[in-house]
Amino acid sequence: MAVVLTFEGSIVATDKQGYLLDHTLWHKELALVMAKQDDFELSDAHWEVINFVRQFYLTYNTSPAIRALTKAMKAEFGEAKASSRYLYKLFPEGPAKQATKYAGLPKPARCI
Amino acid sequence: MTSIMQSETQPQLTDASTALGVAIINSKAPFSSNAGKDALDVALLFGSFEQKVSLFFQGDGVYQLIANQDGSLLAIKDYLKTFSAFEFYDIEDVYVCQQSLIERQLSKTFHIDNVQVLTNKAFAVALSKHKHVLRF
Repeated sequence: MAVVLTFEGSIVATDKQGYLLDHTLWHKELALVMAKQDDFELSDAHWEVINFVRQFYLTYNTSPAIRALTKAMKAEFGEAKASSRYLYKLFPEGPAKQATKYAGLPKPARCI
Repeated sequence: MTSIMQSETQPQLTDASTALGVAIINSKAPFSSNAGKDALDVALLFGSFEQKVSLFFQGDGVYQLIANQDGSLLAIKDYLKTFSAFEFYDIEDVYVCQQSLIERQLSKTFHIDNVQVLTNKAFAVALSKHKHVLRF
């Protein structure tokens, strides 16, 4: 069943798994609505990753898969936050998959 | 340029001291076909799985390295921007054919760093060090 994302009374177009079709429509409040639909609570640590993933996409025009994400985060935040273990703790269903969703980006094609 | 790759620690059926994994040859201009984007997808896929991959640009493929192009003007996703993320995929060996640049009167200024311009012979030698070659 397709997920219908509504924000302030209007429907925001998503794919079947709830990823935004147009990433330029993203804003923070929309991410909160998306997370709420999934019963997922976003902490500051989550936001750090979400914002990072979004910046990665805007810079490089691609959503990072998990390995590239950890490597890039290492450069930005240091060793402690650059392990897939840390990221999986935050996003149990797959950091690249989940963080890109709340960042309003397409699901990474090369996905794990 | 040398680098310590994790893939080198994995068991290899071939002589790991000489075989360099996968070479991807880019021979088409960007945006006129999907070839360049397909080659990039394959390269990033190998990189994501810690497989050694080197990129070769020759013929019209050298246009993919030229700066100040924007596919989005043609309503095509500008995949060239992704080249700047190569370091996160452990893609460190990028070679371009000098002869192809000369024939097209292109200068050696590229939109990414660490591009190695090679003569015909050096290009062929670098290519021959790879176990697999994919051409796009």
